[in-house]
Amino acid sequence: MFHIFCPHCEELREEEEFHPKGQAHIVRPADPESCSDEAWGDYLFFRDNPRGNHHELWVHAVGCRKFFNMTRNTQTYEILETYKIGESPRVTAAGSEAPAAGAAGVDSRCPEEVRA
Amino acid sequence: MQRYSGFALAKHALSHHENWQRQWRSPEPKKAYDVIIVGGGGHGLATAYYLAKEFGVKNVAVIEKGWLGGGNTARNTTIVRSNYLWDEAAALYEHSMKLWEGLSQDLNYNVMFSQRGVLNLGHTLQDMRDIQRRVNANRLNGIDGEVLDAAGVQKLVPIMDCSRHARYPVLGASWQPRAGVARHDAVAWGFARGADAHGVDILQQTEVTGFKIRDGRILGVHTNRGDIEAKTVGCVAAGNSGVLAKMAGIKLPLESHPLQALVSEPLKPVLDTVVMSNHVHGYISQSDKGDLVIGAGIDGYNGYGQRGSYPTVEHTLQAIVEMFPIFSRVRMNRQWGGIVDTCPDACPILSKTAVKGLYFNCGWGTGGFKATPGSGHAFAASLAKGEMHPLAAPFAIDRFHSGALIDEHGAAGVAH
Repeated sequence: MFHIFCPHCEELREEEEFHPKGQAHIVRPADPESCSDEAWGDYLFFRDNPRGNHHELWVHAVGCRKFFNMTRNTQTYEILETYKIGESPRVTAAGSEAPAAGAAGVDSRCPEEVRA
Repeated sequence: MQRYSGFALAKHALSHHENWQRQWRSPEPKKAYDVIIVGGGGHGLATAYYLAKEFGVKNVAVIEKGWLGGGNTARNTTIVRSNYLWDEAAALYEHSMKLWEGLSQDLNYNVMFSQRGVLNLGHTLQDMRDIQRRVNANRLNGIDGEVLDAAGVQKLVPIMDCSRHARYPVLGASWQPRAGVARHDAVAWGFARGADAHGVDILQQTEVTGFKIRDGRILGVHTNRGDIEAKTVGCVAAGNSGVLAKMAGIKLPLESHPLQALVSEPLKPVLDTVVMSNHVHGYISQSDKGDLVIGAGIDGYNGYGQRGSYPTVEHTLQAIVEMFPIFSRVRMNRQWGGIVDTCPDACPILSKTAVKGLYFNCGWGTGGFKATPGSGHAFAASLAKGEMHPLAAPFAIDRFHSGALIDEHGAAGVAH
């Protein structure tokens, strides 16, 4: 059972309050009409699926109902951090592709290491 | 290969069964092979078996980082059926079903294939409409199937609560009598023994650490036991396909999720068919040993941990107890997870790749076991000829760019 720190509620809550929504930081093409079949297919279907650190989108479905991002290890299931949409992850270790760098300074890091 | 028979059993009884031949060798890797199969699960071993037996390619190695059938082959709920909606998927799974029907004789190995039938329950009006559509499509494709109403289901499974008072009342089901279950370990071992007898080298404890690729062509693999050359390499690695693809510089549209199952303590025979429900989400059968084999949904997040989450167990058992109140006090013995490579359209990928000579057979997601012989046969034909077999061709990876998806979420049995 994960204990997940919701960066909006600023509390640790149980896994069942949340839904995972797949890979985070996927940017919709600005002009889908001008996309090649390759670019559009890649956007729709192709994900990183790393064995290691992964950035994921989650929603606090039966809590505040807000979306946030999480960096989680897909092998050890260790949650490294959670952060609000629009913020950048602190951890971008091997196994995942770093999203485009934005502003630094994320302070909604999980207060303790929690695992399944 | 020593053949198994009643006579052999009697003969070996005289020496207290201590002199049976080992089922397969553990050879040292050769420097080069004609074909390398990466992944020693059911699909990989079946591919090697049919390559050697039917397509005359005998210089084959199967490379497995752990032990044979230690992944999803030994972690599934052993259900075999072919009642898929779309023509392409139905053809592939029915091809597999026909091979299942003669598999024990073909392999000279009892895979305990038991055609006890599979029920896919409907709990809503829309479920029943979908079931009617799917059964009609099956019959047009020459696959057996019937639509049953609640009374028909109750007759087949007297212990199930088919009353109107259930939280999600059973309105009916699709029924495929030829479907059933098989012994998963025996499938891996039988294919391994058969492949070995035809000269295939099975290399366990051998991990692929990289691919040798030059000018867009595959030349071999790097392993922890040295480099091995081959001009044709087939990757059949289920949940770890994405990791292998990354080594080769290829991206696959797969996401790896834990899918779990659990078994109860052994009971006297109480359930003689397979019951699946997409709607309340649980599936159950009883093994020959007597334990109830129960399957759950996938965990929503990506994971490689080979264990499932407890909330998923709870949801599944809620569904099972709702359908079978008689099981409410049965104790569960073991629970485990396998890593399934789910595809966006719930259909597999059997495909060439951008690297010449490198093929992938993956994306079987939550329902690969039933396809083991058919997948191996079609993939072996493709590797031997260098052209995708007609049954495999629609499952090429370029469908995710052309848009020609085969949407089998309805028949896939596990929501993801």
